[in-house]
Amino acid sequence: MTILKSGMSRRRLLQTGMAGIIGSGVAPMMFTKGAWAQEFCNNPTGDTVTLGLNLPLTGAYAEEGADEQKAYELAIAHLNGEGDGGLLNVLTPSALTGNGILGKKVGYVTSDSQTKSDVARAGATRMIERDGAIMITGGSSSGEAVAVQGLCQEMGVIFMAGLTHSNDTTGKDKRRYGFRHFFNAYQSGTALGPVLSNAYGNDRRAYHLTADYTWGWTQEESIKNTTEALGWDTVEAVRTPLGAGDFSQFLTPVLNSGADVLILNHYGNDMVNSLTQAVQFGMRDRQANGKDFQIVVPLFSELMAKGAGENIKGIFGTSNWHWNLQDPGSIAFTKSFGAAYGSPPSQAAHTCYVQTLLYADAVERAGTFYPPEVIKALEGHEFDGMGNGRTLYRAEDHQCMKSVLVVQGNDAPTSEYDVLNVVEEVDAATVDYDPSIFGGELGPAEPAPVCA
Amino acid sequence: MFEVIFLQFLNGLDKGAAYALIALGLTLVFGTLGVVNFAHGALFMLGAFCAVMFRQFLTLETVTIDPTQTSPWGAPLEIRTPLVQAWFGDFGAVLVNYSVPFSILITIPIMLLLGIALERGIIKHFYKRPHAEQILVTFGLAIVAQEVIKSIFGPNPIPQPMPTDLRGAADIGSWIGFQANVITYPLWRLIYFLFSAIVIGGVFAFLQFTTFGMVVRAGMADRETVGLLGINIDRRFTIMFGLAAVVAGMAGVMYTPLLPPNYHLGMDFLVLSFVVVVVGGMGSLPGAVAAGFLLGILQSFASMTQVKDVIPGIDQIIIYLVAVVILLVRPRGLMGRRGVMES
Amino acid sequence: MANFMSRNDLLLLLGFTVVVLTMPIWLTPFGAGYPDLLQRFMIFGIFAVGFNILFGLTGYLSFGHAAFFGVGSYAAVWSFKLLTLDAIPAMIFAVLISGLFALIIGFLSLRRSGIYFSILTLAFAQMSYNLAYSVLTPITNGETGLQLTLNDPRVLDAAIGQTFVGQPVPTLLGQQLGGYAGFYFCAGFLILSFFFAQRVAGSPFGMMLKSIKSNQTRMQFTGFNTRPYALSAFVISGMYAGLAGALLAVTDPLAGAERMQWTASGEVVLMTILGGVGTLVGPVIGAWIIKYFENILSALNDNILTQFWSFLPEGLAEIVVKVTSKFVGDGWHLTLGLVFVIIVIFLPGGIMEGVRRMAATARRSDPPGAKSHQHQPAE
Repeated sequence: MTILKSGMSRRRLLQTGMAGIIGSGVAPMMFTKGAWAQEFCNNPTGDTVTLGLNLPLTGAYAEEGADEQKAYELAIAHLNGEGDGGLLNVLTPSALTGNGILGKKVGYVTSDSQTKSDVARAGATRMIERDGAIMITGGSSSGEAVAVQGLCQEMGVIFMAGLTHSNDTTGKDKRRYGFRHFFNAYQSGTALGPVLSNAYGNDRRAYHLTADYTWGWTQEESIKNTTEALGWDTVEAVRTPLGAGDFSQFLTPVLNSGADVLILNHYGNDMVNSLTQAVQFGMRDRQANGKDFQIVVPLFSELMAKGAGENIKGIFGTSNWHWNLQDPGSIAFTKSFGAAYGSPPSQAAHTCYVQTLLYADAVERAGTFYPPEVIKALEGHEFDGMGNGRTLYRAEDHQCMKSVLVVQGNDAPTSEYDVLNVVEEVDAATVDYDPSIFGGELGPAEPAPVCA
Repeated sequence: MFEVIFLQFLNGLDKGAAYALIALGLTLVFGTLGVVNFAHGALFMLGAFCAVMFRQFLTLETVTIDPTQTSPWGAPLEIRTPLVQAWFGDFGAVLVNYSVPFSILITIPIMLLLGIALERGIIKHFYKRPHAEQILVTFGLAIVAQEVIKSIFGPNPIPQPMPTDLRGAADIGSWIGFQANVITYPLWRLIYFLFSAIVIGGVFAFLQFTTFGMVVRAGMADRETVGLLGINIDRRFTIMFGLAAVVAGMAGVMYTPLLPPNYHLGMDFLVLSFVVVVVGGMGSLPGAVAAGFLLGILQSFASMTQVKDVIPGIDQIIIYLVAVVILLVRPRGLMGRRGVMES
Repeated sequence: MANFMSRNDLLLLLGFTVVVLTMPIWLTPFGAGYPDLLQRFMIFGIFAVGFNILFGLTGYLSFGHAAFFGVGSYAAVWSFKLLTLDAIPAMIFAVLISGLFALIIGFLSLRRSGIYFSILTLAFAQMSYNLAYSVLTPITNGETGLQLTLNDPRVLDAAIGQTFVGQPVPTLLGQQLGGYAGFYFCAGFLILSFFFAQRVAGSPFGMMLKSIKSNQTRMQFTGFNTRPYALSAFVISGMYAGLAGALLAVTDPLAGAERMQWTASGEVVLMTILGGVGTLVGPVIGAWIIKYFENILSALNDNILTQFWSFLPEGLAEIVVKVTSKFVGDGWHLTLGLVFVIIVIFLPGGIMEGVRRMAATARRSDPPGAKSHQHQPAE
């Protein structure tokens, strides 16, 4: 199109040019006026409402992204009264009707974030500006979540974070417009501590390999605090580049370092690679300090466990949720998801599904899409039935306070999905913490008038 | 301390073997055809996907639905039987177990044909065009190749398990008189090292001791004169491109158990292989091999905490840093010839 | 005025200005008339124009320009954080810092030519990227990207007693720069950049650069030291990249390390080649096309395709949807790669050469003088 434009004859160009100059003088007023006239960003005026799904469909966390997309499609179908209704039937209290949100049919647009913060933010901008998304959700890394959350605060659009585990998301980078259902590194540490102490004792020497970026650092810090409180020594904490692929040069120094536990603060493909390679180095058959050498992966997902295959057997970690929990919510969701896609949902799928429903429910309770009211409806909201027990959306930092799972790689899987066992469900009270320890400031709820 | 350094050195050799192997094909193409092939990483990736394809073919399954049993989410249970096992019994199981090494057998003809087709179809039209355009067209081809793979195999890495007998680590230390369990190294990485050494040696021997190789070397030195002697150098150069593709492909196949391949694998290795070739000196085979080992060993040592404590972040940039220093100090790399790639 | 610029140049600049300023109108039917994408058209247009000053004029193929782009972004965001939310100091700061960066890298890299130069720039850019992602996190905020927060010091704003409510956003003399205001702000810079590039290409300095491309050895034999000229071109083009990076930070105040990765450098090479290397308009058009396809083609999904092909008989429509879906959505890179390969093989001069060839054909069939070609390529 632009090609034709530049190939025009001079006269044509001058003519359009004149029209353009006149037009361009008027244009900005015309467009911005439309924006100001809106009561708030992307107020849905028709009979549909659009959600913006920001999904890592390629890049390091692509597998999570694909699963998240399935979950969102399912949640939206359920909100529109299609399918078996899923968790709509078990959420308590619930204002959901199965008739869209506030009577408007729910639609969605997607954007591939490529697991990159920059791209995620550009995609979110596009979905807000072009597609009129009323809410942005998704993502599978904390970098994405924090970047998009800042944008949403600026635009006055609510952001329901997908999978993000860094303490920063609801800590120093928290925002009034951002909400997180997923747990965080701090809670992983608290939940994992007692289990590690039981299984491996209190006299251990740990060696950390940590993904060299924000999430890795916060997790390393949280786990170190926990294990050192147990009485473990930290031999070394080595930072590894993200997406290194071959971790062998970091694994060789572990062998004779005097450590007897290797803690892998990696996620996604990095974790699959580092764990697989650690096993290839024979670490799980080793003896050190007269004990069996152990590997711990503080944050687990069943998708990663599947990727790592049998290397994951017996390894401890934590999860937000797992499909073989036996409460009514988890059973309903697993059944609904399994029937639709032929495989059980991952924790990424679960958190995204729940976030969508929680947003819809908050809008219904607020009786409006106006973000400040929706924010009020979410803050301090208590609910049950979503598979994590009784849950509180904490008003101070927008973090969901709920139980956390300690999981272990399954020694005898019955199917390719049966890779993890839930060892312990640590209740919400145990993993509770003071929101002020991470600092940060939520900012105002009044929408900034920037939305175009 | 000695065992720590020894292990790190071993790891450097192992990494270096992989780098050298990738760089070998790249410099082979440059040295013979004078083409800067940015699609070389893509050839490595395609080789890796030959292994994936072979395994997927071997593990084709029949799916029968058993309505009496249900899966955890309430659907009827699917029972899968691999066809190979059904047809060939134990031999089929062995075939699946050793799928990675066996897939080399199909990779060689596939990559050879692919390389020849690529050279005849596109590359040959670029011999006379500037290096910048060669870079661009091969870069475009690399994008096409990786996107085709992505649309067939999806964006996620596909793990290729190594044969069960070759898993785990070998206690090298005890072979050379150390205590047990001090110096251990994964068996497959040792195999990869040996494999690289054999392939590199094979390529050198081929060029050194066969008439074909002699003609090619003569052609590398002076294409016109060889042409005047009535020797069809073009056909030989086509075969050399095919050979480079085969070397890249085999390197890719053997690498799959170490790193599950995905569509992006080629681009990840492309930059690295170029750095290796340039450090070695464009068009110099011994240079590429030496640079591969040098960079592998340096990277391995730079990743040690003792080093990183002194220079933070050195492990992230060491390869590029070495490349910059060598290029500034020795303009044509370690063993490059004068006047190559400078116009 | 006539002495200052040739008539053709003036017309080209005028035409360009008009096309750019009217973009919100004529792009709306193509689904691209929204501020974020329009801003990107401007920003990457500047990036490509600047890249062309180096690659197009001197023939030095840099694979590391994204580093300057990223440095510009980081510098701009730091200016927002430390000094003031006003865009002007941020842009000045960004252009200076990226110019300095380009001076150092250019000084070292230009000691070599050909592919050795490309690899040197690539190596420097990858080092910058890797460091920005890891150990430089105190400066770059690593993976998360550098963002504005309420607690930033902003000493200049504080000195004049300006406070800010809500999420801080960049401004221009108190005016916010979101949406269409941001677009016109960037458009102004694109037109200025274009004008400057035009002046450079037409100047004796530009001639010197072009002769570096055609034959450096001969230049050196005649006793000319070409290095200072090439270095100036490198620094100018690095500053262009820094300006573009700063504008990206102005319209969206976040600086992430990904924009420094070598694939981002590769993208600007693609843009320049696609549009037409060595021409003035070509790189801009290349940038627009790539950004357009990135945003529009990648958003097409099976639903939209099914609607689009619904006029076909059912069975056929399904097949067509299946085939076309490989080339849009996630697969848009495949389309890009194919188009790119075809262009390099058949149209090494890019789209501009295609336009020229078409114009030439048209001229031959028309009476002489009936058609005038308004694009005078810089070569």
